[in-house]
Amino acid sequence: MSTRTVMHDADIARALTRISHEILESNKGPEGLVLLGIPTRGVTLANRIGPLVSEFGGAPVPVGSLDVTMYRDDLHRNPTRAPRRTEIPAGGIDGKVVVLIDDVLFSGRSIRAALDALQDIGRPAAVRLATLIDRGHRELPIRPDFVGKNLPSARDERVNVRLAEIDGVEEVTIES
Amino acid sequence: MRHLLDTQHLSRGEALEILDVAEDMADTQRREVKKLPTLRGKTVVNLFFEDSTRTRISFEAAAKRLSADVINFSAKGSSVSKGESLQDTAQTLQAMGADAVVIRHGASGAPRTLATSGWITAGVVNAGDGTHEHPTQALLDAFTIRKRLFGDDSRGRDLSGIRVTIVGDVLHSRVARSNVWLLHALGAHVTLVAPPTLVPQDVSGWPVEVDYDLDHAIAAGPDALMMLRIQLERMNAAYFPTEREYSRRYGLDARRLAALPTDSIVLHPGPMNRGLEISAEAADSPRSTVLEQVTNGVSVRMAVLYLLLAGERPHTEKEDLR
Repeated sequence: MSTRTVMHDADIARALTRISHEILESNKGPEGLVLLGIPTRGVTLANRIGPLVSEFGGAPVPVGSLDVTMYRDDLHRNPTRAPRRTEIPAGGIDGKVVVLIDDVLFSGRSIRAALDALQDIGRPAAVRLATLIDRGHRELPIRPDFVGKNLPSARDERVNVRLAEIDGVEEVTIES
Repeated sequence: MRHLLDTQHLSRGEALEILDVAEDMADTQRREVKKLPTLRGKTVVNLFFEDSTRTRISFEAAAKRLSADVINFSAKGSSVSKGESLQDTAQTLQAMGADAVVIRHGASGAPRTLATSGWITAGVVNAGDGTHEHPTQALLDAFTIRKRLFGDDSRGRDLSGIRVTIVGDVLHSRVARSNVWLLHALGAHVTLVAPPTLVPQDVSGWPVEVDYDLDHAIAAGPDALMMLRIQLERMNAAYFPTEREYSRRYGLDARRLAALPTDSIVLHPGPMNRGLEISAEAADSPRSTVLEQVTNGVSVRMAVLYLLLAGERPHTEKEDLR
């Protein structure tokens, strides 16, 4: 088994800065944006991207979290997972441009679950997807709008995103 | 979690897991669309050998909000009244593909028999058995106390240092028994108040204090006062001289309500006998949590069904029993 580091802290910071600019560019400003992180590390990333988008856009952009556990299609194949917290910002999501934020995009099934979860909460004007890593191997017709890094990987390799707030270190590694 | 049979064998960690998942379930119940797809394709059977409207519809609502299919089976007018045994009833449900059985039975221990007999592979939830336990009621009571005391900070917190006084017919009450064990596991201090005739013969093994004087117990300033229902159908012996005397000595009237500390709360599992164990003033006061308990009951039962049914079913039958 070998482990290779593919992103260091400076790479992650640069990627998040670029994603923040791209979100503003595609939305033509901060109006109507709502950022929702997918637990666990997507929430951490959303909490970092939120202040950046607010700063670059010159207006506060609300940040929340969206738990998808209860919408997953693989619940019965795994040991019971405890659901995590969903926090929708006070303004809701109706008519807003929701940007979903996740750490790694792989099969696309979490995002499918997230879209189902969103539908039960309200009706956004549009839903976008930002991910720090896109490692390929999609099983559903889902693609990201904003990507930190495209990381070609084999299906059986493991991609680990570690963030300072949760893991104490800041890196992306690939294990094979 | 394989089954939920009692609270006596529930650890602090397991209890907190259920309560915390119930918080998430409660959050989803404030959404525009309250239904979650989580248990789609699962079948929950409500097997009720005793009448209970509240508990049954609460379990039914919980299962339906999680998209499970619900089959209600009540003993009245069914094959059970024709003399079918629990074993045959259970095996019939198994053959129909039940994933969980919510059972209420007049005999203490019936849920455990169902869970350990090998008749069925479904998860078993005790919805009240004889005078033994009613675990989901205790869980929703603990959830309600925690929510009132800590609000949005409730997640992950237990009830250490909280003083809960349970008043009424402890002798016949499975709600009281489940609450004693659960509240103790969560670190709360429990006092039982009842006429000596309605205290079980030997409670020396229970982690509680017993007081026979309600005014004295109220003067001690409990954080939560739980009034038990006087189950008139079980008052088959001379447990107290008259209802009026019981009400005067052990009922929560306006005077006793006023003597409680200002921030303490009043719980009642329902249905209430207004004017007997609880007065209208107490039942309708802002301190009363009766309706919150009903709302929280659905969230707690959703959490229990989720933890029982959503994950992979463990194949081990014996060691995970509780």
